[in-house]
Formats: sequence, C-alpha cells, structure tokens
Amino acid sequence: MSRKPKQKAHIEFTLNGETAEVAFAPHKTLLEVLREDLNLTGTKHGCELGECGTCTVLVDRKPILSCLMLGLDVEGREVTTVEGMNEGAQLHPLQETFADTGAAQCGYCTPGFLLVAKELLTKNPNPTREEIKEALSGNLCRCTGYIKIYEAVELAAAKMRGESVELPKESVYGYE
Amino acid sequence: MKNFAYARAQDADTAVQLITQNQNAKFLSGGTNLVDLMRENIEQPDHLIDVTGLPLAQVEELPGGGVSIGALVRNSHLAANQIIRERYPVLSQAILMGASAQIRNMATTGGNLMQRTRCYYFYDTDARCNKREPGTGCDALEGFNRIHAILGASDDCIATHPSDMCVALAALDATVHVTGTGVERTIPIVEFHRLPEDTPQIDTNLQPDELITSVELPALPFARNSMYRKVRDRASYAFALVSVAAALEVEDGTIKNVRLALGGVAHKPWRATEAEKVLTGAKADEEIFKRAAAEELKAARGYKHNSFKIELAERTIVSVLKTLASEGGAR
Repeated sequence: MSRKPKQKAHIEFTLNGETAEVAFAPHKTLLEVLREDLNLTGTKHGCELGECGTCTVLVDRKPILSCLMLGLDVEGREVTTVEGMNEGAQLHPLQETFADTGAAQCGYCTPGFLLVAKELLTKNPNPTREEIKEALSGNLCRCTGYIKIYEAVELAAAKMRGESVELPKESVYGYE
Repeated sequence: MKNFAYARAQDADTAVQLITQNQNAKFLSGGTNLVDLMRENIEQPDHLIDVTGLPLAQVEELPGGGVSIGALVRNSHLAANQIIRERYPVLSQAILMGASAQIRNMATTGGNLMQRTRCYYFYDTDARCNKREPGTGCDALEGFNRIHAILGASDDCIATHPSDMCVALAALDATVHVTGTGVERTIPIVEFHRLPEDTPQIDTNLQPDELITSVELPALPFARNSMYRKVRDRASYAFALVSVAAALEVEDGTIKNVRLALGGVAHKPWRATEAEKVLTGAKADEEIFKRAAAEELKAARGYKHNSFKIELAERTIVSVLKTLASEGGAR
C-alpha cells in the first residue's frame, strides 16, 4: 500500500530581524511553528482559545495571538518573539525592569506581557497607568502580579525616555 | 485540527472561483474565530481560501458623506480612524469594547460579520446543538442559558450573535457589499444576519459562493451624537450580556431622529424598530424612553437563567438615551 505524499508548507519570513525559512505541516498555528519547527520556546502555549494573551508575538510590529494565526499567514511578514527583544548582549529595558521589580513570578505570562508593553512604549513613550492597564488588558497573569507589571512598564518607559529611575520600595500593593 | 488544503487569492474573482471549485471550502481572513473553531473540531473545512491578500483594507470617504470600509480593514485600524471617531463614535466605541488589543489587531471587518455564536453548547462537541449538528436538539434550552437570547429565538436555538461592532452597524443602517459568481449585490445589515427558526445552522443570508468586499455607512450627521454601552460580567474582555447602540437627535425637546440597536439578546444584532416608532416625534424625556424600551421588550421571552436580561435591556436603553439626550442638548 502506497502512502500519500506528505505535504509541507514552506515559507520565508523575517524572524527577530533575520530571514527564516521553515517547512511545517500546513495546519500548524504560528505558535506551533515557532516552538516546534524553529525551536523558539519563549512563546508559551496558554488557553489556545484567544483568551489569555500568553502566546502574543508581534507581526509587522503589532501584537497578535500566535495560537489563532496559521503559520502560513506570516509568509513575507516580520515576526518578533521574546527572543528578539534584546539588543545584542543588552536586555531590553522592559526585560530589565521586569526582573528588577519582580514583575515575573512564575514567568509563564511574561513573554506576552513584554511584547505588548514593547509595542505600547513604541507608540506612547509616556503612558499613564490607565493607558498601561488598557494596553495590557488582553494578557492574564494567574499569579495575579499585575501591580508589579504596571510598575515595571512605568520604570522601563522612564528609562527609555532617558530619565534616571529608582526602584519603588518593596511593598505588597505597589508604591509605599 | 483536521488537515486541509490551502490556497491564497489575490483578487475577489479568484477567491470566489476557488470557493466554488472546492468542496467544503471556507474563506480565511483574520482567523480569530475560524482557527479557534477548527482547533476545537467544530469547523472542519477541507479547503481554506486565504483572502488576506485582497486589496480591501481601506477606509474611504464617499461622495455625499458616507464611508466605505473595506472587508479587510482590521478592527483596531477602524476603531482608531479619525472619520469614524468623529462621525460615528458608536462604531469606534463598540469595537474597542470587544475582545483584546491583540485580537482587534488580527480581526477584520468582514470576519467580524461572520463570527459564530459563543454559546457554550455550540462549543461543546459532547452537547446537543442544532447549529453544530442539525437535528440533534438544543441543550441550551433546558441548560445553563445565562448568556442566551431573549428576542427572536426558536425552540431549535437560543444562541446569540457575539459581535459588538455589528450592533453599531445595525444602528447606523450600514449596508454590506458582497460579490459572488458574476453578481455583486448589497445587503442591508439588518438582513445580513438571520433569526434561527428551524435552520439555526445558517447564520447569515450570505450565499456559499459570496464574499464580503466592504461595509458602507450612510451619511448620518446626527450619528455624531451616538454611543455604545455594553453590560457584561467583567469590565473588559467579555461578551455582552446586553449592549445598546444608539444615535439621537433632539430639537427643541422633541426627538427628531433616533437609531437604536441591541446586542447580546438575539441570534442577530437587534434593531429596535418598535422603540424607534415610539420615540420618533415624541418629547425627549425619561417617561418616553421607558415606554419605548418596554415596547421593544414586549416580545421578549426569558429562560431559566436569563430572564434578568429583559429588565437589564430596558434599563440600559433608558440610560443610553438619557445620556445622549443630555449630551446632544448641550452641544
């Protein structure tokens, strides 16, 4: 008995600033292609129903949910994952402030939050707390550490504006 | 996910050709609903025709003051559009109250119209559902039906349409432009979606070979005084229990023009024509707002867990009209 030839999709796109070429089963989502075929496991599987934001990546610089996009759809486009946030050996300011403030607890939701925050700060270098909340409202943190996440985004924004910043004093509910 | 064949169309004619040539084919745009349903094995197309490459991503002013919205305009792009924000604020507000930023960046105008219901029983392949598997029955009728319809439902289906955007479009009298095999036609938005009757598996009056190309908003100067209010179980990222889209023009204390539509209450965006009849030409006060709301909800029928929606809808209508009457009066 002969087997049907196995068809693979074969695409080229820009991944974290470099050209990537990949072949994969056509039904795979972008999330699966990134993790399984490109070995970039920074992007996490979450609800896979479009509800939690954990699988967020940037496509053409806009945050989208990689669990709801077919891998086929990024052909010729520009994809940024958490692995592409650092500039050379230097962490992105958001990555630094997330680490410094303890905005990452278990860390599972962090890549999604980082990428949404990165896009927010590109559009709006000086967001208010309300604007940050609104921008991050599609991302869930089940450790519920939202206050530290807001603080980390505010600190990174200040850093990126060239202001000297100080870590907030440790407290249970944000600033003392 | 079941495997499928995939093709990309670069123009509408090719897209229509591909969908007619292939059995069990579906158009794919933003994918925020279709890919989800495919993952859950609720939709199992054999062919996907990707239409995201079609040149339909423009918002254009039309002569005479209307606006044409290309079928592939992303929800985030439309909500941020200056013309929409100024002339049709109800539409911008409705979009921004739906989903999350990530999903709005993906979802398209045409795809929003084609969303399927979020009924839990439709999503649960172990449950009976006439929409998913015609003739099997409806487990929502006797089940947990908190989010279900109170208007226009049938004994076969009490699902609701989940879109916020479409409720605003219904209030604004939008028309949907579609193209099929050799035919182009326009469908008024209120006739685009349908009531379930005994064929709830059919959501819309779009033919299988037809593709949405654009949505047209008519010139509606008084829609500058319009708004969308959405009542839901949490403040963001939830579907509407009840929502109200309205535009109101009051002159010398009398209602000159009104447009009113409800979301979360029916199988389609519900244009509140009975309420509009009561309101038009009447004195703009709370008493008439209440009477109009009651008139619209007269035909409502509640089920075990959703009867609260009847009063909720009435109160939301009154509250929105009061807000618009006071704001419109101040302008």
